[in-house]
Amino acid sequence: MIGIEHYITVSSILFVLGVLGIFLNRKNVIIILMAIELILLSVNINLVAFSAFLHDLTGQIFAMFVLTVAAGEAAVGLAILVIYFRGRGTIAVDDVNRMKG
Amino acid sequence: MIQLFAFYLFAALVVASGAMVITARNPVHSVLWLILAFFNAAGLMILIGAEFIAMLLVIVYVGAVAVLFLFVVMMLDIDFATLRAGFVKNFPLGLSIAAVLLAEMVFGFGAWSKGGIKLGVADGTAAPLAGASNIEAIGAVLYGRYLFLFESAGVVLLVAMIGAIVLTHRQRGDVKSQNISAQNARRPQDATINTQPEVGGGVKL
Repeated sequence: MIGIEHYITVSSILFVLGVLGIFLNRKNVIIILMAIELILLSVNINLVAFSAFLHDLTGQIFAMFVLTVAAGEAAVGLAILVIYFRGRGTIAVDDVNRMKG
Repeated sequence: MIQLFAFYLFAALVVASGAMVITARNPVHSVLWLILAFFNAAGLMILIGAEFIAMLLVIVYVGAVAVLFLFVVMMLDIDFATLRAGFVKNFPLGLSIAAVLLAEMVFGFGAWSKGGIKLGVADGTAAPLAGASNIEAIGAVLYGRYLFLFESAGVVLLVAMIGAIVLTHRQRGDVKSQNISAQNARRPQDATINTQPEVGGGVKL
């Protein structure tokens, strides 16, 4: 069996890539949402890896809940994106503070 | 041996496609790279025996979330070239923050491998059943100890669904649509008139 440190390495690289993606694509909110999905995926890899190596299923259960929250977050985020685009004709999030009120 | 090879293949592919997600020029390509990343992450999970989560990852992430992203990216007419304007400018800041984050994780990992941090030990309440398959063991824990959490996950999904519908629903002025309450409120005496027209006189409405 492959050691847990390998899984931790992969998931931390993926997490850092997700954070980097948020900073690189500061204007494009679609890529930001995808970067958040990458972060959640790395969290899931971590949870499942620890769950398998500690012989405890709680990690896999919580990976399912993370999956639930990720799906809900993607749905609501994309809905907000669609109405934002409908009103402004662009999805640049530099001046997203106009969304208030 | 074959397991080790598969691990390194999946791990390299998941990291490479994760890098392509955040650097691809076309967001449609980003979504496709994201799908590849999900598939390889599912492969990684199968390697440590979490088949159910791996299948869930393929079904939920690839089948629902990634396709939702694909729909939105293709539906909206977005000029992506202008959105990439700050890419090079933000590169040093993003890279330095990523380096700091990675350094913190490496420090934590080093502290663990030197024995400074003790990992928790499972208390055995959620241990996999002996001889049961992964999905059977998960079902026993999920519908027992975590039943209420499972149901509240359903509530979260319901709220997300209603929220997405309420947010994107709109009344369009230029399209005629059915108004059911107006239809039900209509009475025969409002809708019909009786006339006794003279022969050859025609009907005046």
